[in-house]
Amino acid sequence: MSLENQLIKFTKKGIYCPQGKFYLDPWYPVDYAIISHGHADHARRGMKRYLCTDDSKAILQHRLGADISVESIPYDSTLTINGVKVSFYPAGHVIGSAQIRLEYKGYIVVFSGDYKTQSDFISSPFEPIKCHTFITESTFGLPIYNWKSEKALQDQLQSWVKTNQSNNRTSVFLGYSLGKAQRLISLLDGCDDIYVHRAIHNLNEAISGSGIKLPETKLWSADLDRKILQNKIIIAPPALLGSRMLKRVPNSATAICSGWMQIRGNRRWQAVDAGFVVSDHADWNGLISAVKATEAEKVYVTHGSQAVFSKYLNEIGIKADELKTEYGDEALAKAEKETENIGRE
Amino acid sequence: MKQFSDLISAIEITNKTNAKIDALVRYFSTAPDKDKLWLIALFTGKRPSRPVKTTLMKEWCMELTNLPEWLFLESYGTVGDLGETLALLLPEPTHHLDLSLNEWMTELKALKPKSDDEKKAFVLEAWTGLEQQERLIFNKLIGGSFRIGVSKKTLVNALAKLTNIDANQLMHSIIGNWEVNSIAFEELIHGKHINYDNSKPYPFCLAYALEKDLPELGEPDDWIVEQKWDGIRGQIVKRNNEIYIWSRGEELVTKQFPELVEAMSNFKDDFVIDGEILAMKDNDVLLFNDLQKRLNRKNVTKKLLEEVPVGFKAYDILEFNGDDIREDAFEARRQRLESLFNSVALPEYIKLSFLVDFKDWKELHAIRDNSRAINSEGLMLKQKKSPYHTGRKKGDWWKWKVDPLTIDAVMIYAQKGSGRRSSKYTDYTFAVKKDDALVTVAKAYSGLTDREITEISQWVNKNAIEKFGPVRTVKPELVFEIAFEGIALSNRHKSGVALRFPRIARWRKDKPAEEIDTIETVKSLILSC
Repeated sequence: MSLENQLIKFTKKGIYCPQGKFYLDPWYPVDYAIISHGHADHARRGMKRYLCTDDSKAILQHRLGADISVESIPYDSTLTINGVKVSFYPAGHVIGSAQIRLEYKGYIVVFSGDYKTQSDFISSPFEPIKCHTFITESTFGLPIYNWKSEKALQDQLQSWVKTNQSNNRTSVFLGYSLGKAQRLISLLDGCDDIYVHRAIHNLNEAISGSGIKLPETKLWSADLDRKILQNKIIIAPPALLGSRMLKRVPNSATAICSGWMQIRGNRRWQAVDAGFVVSDHADWNGLISAVKATEAEKVYVTHGSQAVFSKYLNEIGIKADELKTEYGDEALAKAEKETENIGRE
Repeated sequence: MKQFSDLISAIEITNKTNAKIDALVRYFSTAPDKDKLWLIALFTGKRPSRPVKTTLMKEWCMELTNLPEWLFLESYGTVGDLGETLALLLPEPTHHLDLSLNEWMTELKALKPKSDDEKKAFVLEAWTGLEQQERLIFNKLIGGSFRIGVSKKTLVNALAKLTNIDANQLMHSIIGNWEVNSIAFEELIHGKHINYDNSKPYPFCLAYALEKDLPELGEPDDWIVEQKWDGIRGQIVKRNNEIYIWSRGEELVTKQFPELVEAMSNFKDDFVIDGEILAMKDNDVLLFNDLQKRLNRKNVTKKLLEEVPVGFKAYDILEFNGDDIREDAFEARRQRLESLFNSVALPEYIKLSFLVDFKDWKELHAIRDNSRAINSEGLMLKQKKSPYHTGRKKGDWWKWKVDPLTIDAVMIYAQKGSGRRSSKYTDYTFAVKKDDALVTVAKAYSGLTDREITEISQWVNKNAIEKFGPVRTVKPELVFEIAFEGIALSNRHKSGVALRFPRIARWRKDKPAEEIDTIETVKSLILSC
């Protein structure tokens, strides 16, 4: 059996390491799961044991239950499991997110999880890792997806808040509780008071509890005097769109924050007031530069535009194959909705 | 162009007509005169002809970005709009060009006769000098249409809000003959170039769907019943030898129907009549699908006039030789209409809408059920004493449509929509059973909620057989009830039948694909209607 095959095997339950006897972000319950980050399509319930980064631990416990059996190690440190050297490197996706590096007899496999190459002031910035086999995501694997700089994005968001304020409107931003929310908070810090939905508030408390500092926010609860919110900023999960709680905010202007907002059709699909291109994933150039930086001999392309991206990689001389997984934005949106219990209020 | 670009952004993000109107009003109160005129010209189809071919623009973009064609096409397939795809693929601008809408339009007009090399130099200079949204607008100015939900009516309503001028007069003004360089904005909106007294229409009288049993309407003798023809409602205004045709959406559509204008000039009297514009051949009313080929055309070619001739069936008369007679009883107006139509010889495609002869309410059921055979949507019931109301009013006029036919079919292909729908799979092809195989029976685009479309799109993403290209073949698994207005045998369709107006009645999540209808069942519907 080749070293690659001893290190990774693609199974129905997820990506398995036969030598190490553990899974990477499995989607069905297994004995031992190594988790790249806390999003619900990667960190699922029901694993007997979890291993993650120190920064992800509190998030996993918050989302999957305080009673889970979870062990953590810091970035850049190594744990040897059945002879396989396991280590985490920053993926720049959300707080605590990691690429998982496996090494056995000198052969190296890196599983990217989800990643973003652009630095965002809040999650540890992405570090390219040299390897033989690279498993990459491809959420935004088309050349139409190119993100603006963090500074340009910040200007855009803050000027929208100011315009809203001059029209006497409250700015509502919709983005996932883990990742997007903390990033929006840091991008909007200092602009005005930021109120966050309970799902975000609780998660932030868990994150802060583990020693990571986040800008100050206030809890947006249903019993809050509506006048207090006037002209302020609210950050809520996307599932809240159309909810009664959101409708009760007087004079609100709502923006969806997602990489999909790059396309007009997507911006126009939801009846909102604005769509901002804020993504926690790598854009087209980010994906290509990340893949090239690994110098990998073999690339497996998972969730997103796997067909297009792997075809393109092969054309530019990088051996790549598609890999079918159960990760991705749709799975995430669905799982997040269930995790947060949103939509019932 | 920043101002124009901001306007487009503001308009396209909202689906609220009032927000669109407000954005237009803001633009009209601040933009330079010439830019305002261009905006009106662009949104009313008075676009100069395309100076640069799309194939060239695509070629130049691939050259600049060094992308293979298949990847360009994949991108285009995802975005659903060429101008936008180009804007997204092109590299960041290197400088900033600041030209007004008028300046851009003037340059583009001058570009038309130039060589491809000169055109290329111009377009590349613009692409590298505009940021993404402005670049998109630039590409749109070159030729594409702005599919952002601003109808002529919305535009007119914004101008009316700004100026307090009557909306229908504004409609006449902007549709009328004018050019950006030969009129001032104030002159245009005040209608210096038109005579509104000659075109002024009346608000249409509209009916509600019948919601009670026929006998509850009272005595049959108090009612006039006619066919509810399935075309577009139109008001024909003839005053002082000028003829205007207004659609129900209060748009002037005169130019689209030259044969009606020609026929109307036979009349000696002046009048305003209400009726139905229909596709007609040899005295028979054709399908609405046929009529659609004639609608919203910039040019009505001779070929099209021959392929889909149009006729008119008159329902009512609202004004006769200058007198507003809308308060007269319908019975009397109908008599007036009849004598008007008897006063001159008319081509056979101009007709009175015939009245249904009946004594007892019971007779109407069978007549209504037969509507499909003559391409009518059902019956209209009008109280003999009723005036011509303004707008929709309950009680005097009722529409009584035939129930749609339905079948259960399975989805086999899905395709992305365009405009707002470009991000989702919204256009579906459906099939029914034919022996052991499936045969396509209909394409349908409408009838589902946004939520259902989102759910289906996600399902298509997971269950598509092809990975590339715009059309996805899917596992025949999702069953839908398809409603339609009529069915006929057809040689052009593989299934041997053509459905009229198919649309999705509901998603049958409860029904497995094995239980869909067979082609035999579908064909048996032809006999029953």
